[in-house]
Amino acid sequence: MANTTTAGGFLLVVAIVLPVAGVLVSLLLGGRRAERVAFVVMPAGLGVALAIATRIWRTHDVLQYFVGGWMPPLGVGFRADGLSAVMIVASALLVCGIGLFARAQFKTPPGSETRAPLMFWTLLLAIWAALNTVFVGSDLFNLYVGLELLTFAAVPLVSLDGRPETVAAALRYLLFALLGSLLYLLGAVLLYGAYGTLDIALLCRRIHAEPAAWAAISLMTAGLLAKAALYPFHLWLPPAHAGAPAPASAILSGLVVKAPFFLIIRLWFDVMPGMPERAAAQVLGILGAAAIVFGSIVALRQARLKLLIAYSTVAQIGYLFLLFPLAIRPETGHPWGTAAWTGGILQAVSHAFAKAAMFMAAGLIAEALGHDRIAGLAGAGRALPITVFAFALGGLSLMGLPPSGGFIAKAMLLTAAVAEGQWWWAPVILAGGLLAGGYVFLVLARAMGEPIEPLRLSAEVSRGRQAVVAAVALCAVLLGFVPLHPSDFLQIGRSVAATAGTR
Amino acid sequence: MSAVTLYGFCSAALVGLGLYGLIVRPEPLRKVLAFNLIGGGVFLLLGVVARRGASAGLGGDPVPQALVITGLVVAFASTALAVALVLRLLRDTGETVPASDAGGEAPADGRK
Amino acid sequence: MDHLVFDIVLAALIVGVAAWTNVARDTLAAVIAFVACGLLLALVWVRLVAPDVALTEAALGSGLTGGLLLGASLRVRRTGTPAAAEQPSTSLRVAAAGMCIAVTAGLAGIVLLLPEPAPTLAASALANMAATGLGNPVTAVLMAYRAIDTLLEVVVLLFALLGVWSLAPDRVWGGFPGPRHRPDPDKPLAFVAQLLVPVGILVGIHIFWIGSVAPGGEFQGATILAAMWILTMLAGLVGAPAVSRRWLRFLLVGGPAVFVAIGLVGFAAAGAFLAYPKDYAKLMILSIEVPLTLSIAGMLALLVAGPPERTLQR
Repeated sequence: MANTTTAGGFLLVVAIVLPVAGVLVSLLLGGRRAERVAFVVMPAGLGVALAIATRIWRTHDVLQYFVGGWMPPLGVGFRADGLSAVMIVASALLVCGIGLFARAQFKTPPGSETRAPLMFWTLLLAIWAALNTVFVGSDLFNLYVGLELLTFAAVPLVSLDGRPETVAAALRYLLFALLGSLLYLLGAVLLYGAYGTLDIALLCRRIHAEPAAWAAISLMTAGLLAKAALYPFHLWLPPAHAGAPAPASAILSGLVVKAPFFLIIRLWFDVMPGMPERAAAQVLGILGAAAIVFGSIVALRQARLKLLIAYSTVAQIGYLFLLFPLAIRPETGHPWGTAAWTGGILQAVSHAFAKAAMFMAAGLIAEALGHDRIAGLAGAGRALPITVFAFALGGLSLMGLPPSGGFIAKAMLLTAAVAEGQWWWAPVILAGGLLAGGYVFLVLARAMGEPIEPLRLSAEVSRGRQAVVAAVALCAVLLGFVPLHPSDFLQIGRSVAATAGTR
Repeated sequence: MSAVTLYGFCSAALVGLGLYGLIVRPEPLRKVLAFNLIGGGVFLLLGVVARRGASAGLGGDPVPQALVITGLVVAFASTALAVALVLRLLRDTGETVPASDAGGEAPADGRK
Repeated sequence: MDHLVFDIVLAALIVGVAAWTNVARDTLAAVIAFVACGLLLALVWVRLVAPDVALTEAALGSGLTGGLLLGASLRVRRTGTPAAAEQPSTSLRVAAAGMCIAVTAGLAGIVLLLPEPAPTLAASALANMAATGLGNPVTAVLMAYRAIDTLLEVVVLLFALLGVWSLAPDRVWGGFPGPRHRPDPDKPLAFVAQLLVPVGILVGIHIFWIGSVAPGGEFQGATILAAMWILTMLAGLVGAPAVSRRWLRFLLVGGPAVFVAIGLVGFAAAGAFLAYPKDYAKLMILSIEVPLTLSIAGMLALLVAGPPERTLQR
């Protein structure tokens, strides 16, 4: 592994600094220009993300950068491997899609600056900057600052409309997130105290199995689980994601909640490779299974569309954590060579697009009908055909039906469960798919039904916005054309951990 | 037992006390206080680590000390945001403890 | 050895005051206990030979945070909120206490198990300081080795301020934070402010300036400047600025913007973002620090002031 800055590593800095610069410029120029600034930053940021991914693909090596030229352990490094690249590109695509969707809802007011558009566009860019910080960070304290950045950008989006229920949901979200950050920081402190560095690559070489390391990994994992809303730490998620405006819910459920999961992967496979015991991984898997079953069942009982989708997020997050028992210490080869690794990451990405599309569709339906009660959805299918179709496409991913990224992801997890001899995950995965089918069909059946009296729309919904939602849902479906075996791209950069992890 | 180890125990106690306050007190402002206690404990532990790293003529390892300063600023920012949320809730509902519903009804005009 | 008694007393006091923070029935009393705890912690930082941190803890951790929480608890009390929240059951208390004791014991055990000799970066930090032209190793870490953390942290402050502002009701957007404080020349607060603030501003600037060679720096200096600004606002000597004012936006955005700009200069001149070419390091760091201190002071003061509450049109 080259211990120098790679060519093109500067792109990693740009990925973070560009959205931050967008926020600064928006604030300075005033809220009336915030939307325009966002629409300049979005294509630029997408370009940077694609450039990072192309570079990594072409050189088959990681991108590395040491800020200020200072080498760790004194300095801070950025590192992007195949996994980071996938998440960075997914974030960029999703932010652009959500931006296009939200144009009509948060358009620039004609008079002086108003609160909601300024806040929405700056917070959207802020979330983007924070996500990129988490995805390229290679220093545990830098990642802590990135996590705080993410929390402070996400919480105000929940309470954007100012209703007391959403303010309460935002407060609860903030309290859970702060607890998670503090536990994470406590673990990082223990690691520095024991090993004298916070850089992931250096820690990987210095760490060994002892109480300080176990305590650190447990604390950090617990903190990150609270932020990822894994059962039983999920209490904050449904009100928060259901109460936020639709484009905000899309990014919150799509990506913000995946960043802690990403960090747990970094911890378990990069900082302490080979260390976590199989039993610990089983615990994560059991919590994930509980999330799948519990979240899906509660989703079935919801009366409001956005709450149903939010509980569905709780359930689908459970699938992500099945990666751990199935990829830790596999029977043969390395963790990242297993189907579980690719399946878990694919689940994260396809769920991001599918869930974002579903939340945006729910937002359009609520705008058009004036409410989001599931019982009153009759006629929505006729009034907003493209939207309901997009919702159904997203549902394909959740159910695990082909063609969709969700199908491939769940099929790979099933394959891994059989290959590892951990057959007990298979019924959970299948049950989750059935239950997801239940609540998706519940909504679709109501929407396709005939209304008792002719439907009167509260507001017109443009075809353009419906098309954007369909495009996002289509991304989830396109991921279904990924071949059904462990992906080479996701394994770029993993060799570092391999050589360091052998003891 | 040296002074540094003593302060290490003190930091552990602060974390424990803060966690207890967080779990047991329902009012948000008290939870915010509890968070600040936990934060104080974590930062104090960093200070203990810094002091143990005293060498080369310095009284302490400057890296953890700088991390504490950064952490203090972030902790202040979180307290400010939490307080603003609590005060807004107070103004709208007259109480600080959030109602334990699951998100409330959508507004009639479908503003979502 | 002779100091150990002092340390034991100090540690015991801190634990006691922190426990009081938990059990105090009245929120106001708990906040006051918390402020006391913070001041005691500042003493601990002095004992741990971390004067930079001691300054920051006293000014920011106790001072500004305490002020913020004090103001909030007074407002809660004034609205006459009954303690209507359901108190947790005894079994929950016992379970929580058990878990917290276990956590404390576990952490204490790990403190004992930390390696001896402790791994440290002190020597490395000192060795590289010459390239930065600084004399204070903590400032060197903040502004050179880990400058990206400092940049992101200021951005975190700004996002928190945005979040606080977003909680303003739509109709008062762009207006003035906080209630109006009428200046009353007979009131002691105005008198104290008129005496104290000029001195405080000088102290703040001084602490910021010497941070490059002695304990201090932009965060400590900015906190003191922010405290002075808050004092003048409370005394009614100046009104809180409206959040839509262009100069305020300049003040807030200037620090991080200059930070990013100089980072890019470093990229052009020394090959990496936030790198400093050999002879210009001190100059570049200084040109970051001056606008940064002002921005941070503004952000801290406005975070205490809160979201806009009075509209722009009187």
